[in-house]
Amino acid sequence: MAGEAHSEGGLVFHPMDQFIVKPLFGQGPVEWYTPTNVTLWMALAVLCIIALFVLGTRGRAVIPSRVQSVAELAYGFIYKMVEDICGHDGVKYFPKIFTLFVFIIFTNYLGLIPMSFTPTSHIAVTAVLGFGVFFAVTLLGFYKHGTHFLGLFWMSDAPLILRPIIAIIEVISYFVRPVSHSIRLAGNIMAGHAVIKVFAGFAAIAAISPVSIFAIVAIYGLEVLVSFIQAYVFTILTCVYLRDALHPGH
Amino acid sequence: MATESTAAAVSSCVNDAGSAIGMPQLCVEWMPNQIFWLVVALAVIYFVLSRIALPRIGSVLAERKGTITNDLTAAEELKAKAVEAEKAYQDALARARSEAARIVAEARAEIQKDLDAATAKADAEIAAKAAESEGRINEIRAGALEAVTEVAKDTAKELVAALGGKADARSVTAAVTARLKG
Repeated sequence: MAGEAHSEGGLVFHPMDQFIVKPLFGQGPVEWYTPTNVTLWMALAVLCIIALFVLGTRGRAVIPSRVQSVAELAYGFIYKMVEDICGHDGVKYFPKIFTLFVFIIFTNYLGLIPMSFTPTSHIAVTAVLGFGVFFAVTLLGFYKHGTHFLGLFWMSDAPLILRPIIAIIEVISYFVRPVSHSIRLAGNIMAGHAVIKVFAGFAAIAAISPVSIFAIVAIYGLEVLVSFIQAYVFTILTCVYLRDALHPGH
Repeated sequence: MATESTAAAVSSCVNDAGSAIGMPQLCVEWMPNQIFWLVVALAVIYFVLSRIALPRIGSVLAERKGTITNDLTAAEELKAKAVEAEKAYQDALARARSEAARIVAEARAEIQKDLDAATAKADAEIAAKAAESEGRINEIRAGALEAVTEVAKDTAKELVAALGGKADARSVTAAVTARLKG
């Protein structure tokens, strides 16, 4: 990108070019089935997940190897989260929540490799995740509790006059959940990557480049944290929404 | 990055220079592709995790927990055994100690008895010896007194004779006797 910045003589920033979806082979249009850089980086994430959780645990050792202990650590971390938040009846949804967590954390971290592509920086991806969680949880709530699920919006311990007002607010906040859930993830990842690119553009000026490189390093360190925290936040919010569906009476 | 410029011709979200127009995130044209591959990736991950990885890790963790519990139980048992063994040892020690004390007391009592008997016997012997000696001493003392009287009479007679006096034996004897009594 630094080379491109000088292409028109002055400083030109293309911080969003890293998010362009393009076909892996040829220059054809991007159809829904075309293997693109999205495919590549998701496939790499899948391969990493298989390497860690399938190949890494191949030994089934009681005294774990290093890779196996990392896999067990991740398992225990999410399992405990699901159990603590959703209770024992939430444990059967653990594989689905774990799938979300590992997908997000692996695409986030693979996206930190320079010149890579980050699927989780795209709202199309995170919206599918966010709305998927939203619809799944809502349907599960109605399936489990029928119309009692609507009790989630009716605060029976609030004063009677306030209850309709609270119910309206609760309904609005309930429908905002998937939006905030998905935009939070995509926004954080996209912003971090774009900021790094902007600093990289400044690196073309010799006088500023040391500052610019230092800033890139600092933001990169921040992004390492954000990548984990956003995966964690997405997962924990999924658990919280699931708990609402399983126990709407609080 | 080289392919960016070539992609320009076929996408409405990319300009002629291959740069993004606006936010690539909002390019509707690319969304079906992203969603399709996301669903594929999630399905593969879910399949692999739920069929292979998670049951395996779960069983490993359960097995480890079982092993640790068993080991702890075994350790607990061994500890109980050790406590029992120590108690038996302490009991045996206490018994041996009381036995030893009893034997010592017995031996002491026996020795005391022998000692008492010997002491009594010795006392009796000593008393007999003392009584005998007393008798002898009294005898000797009586003998000595007689001898003194005799010697005194003879000496008095000799003295009277030596001084030129003339005295009959009877009066001298009476005088000495009177004197000795006095």
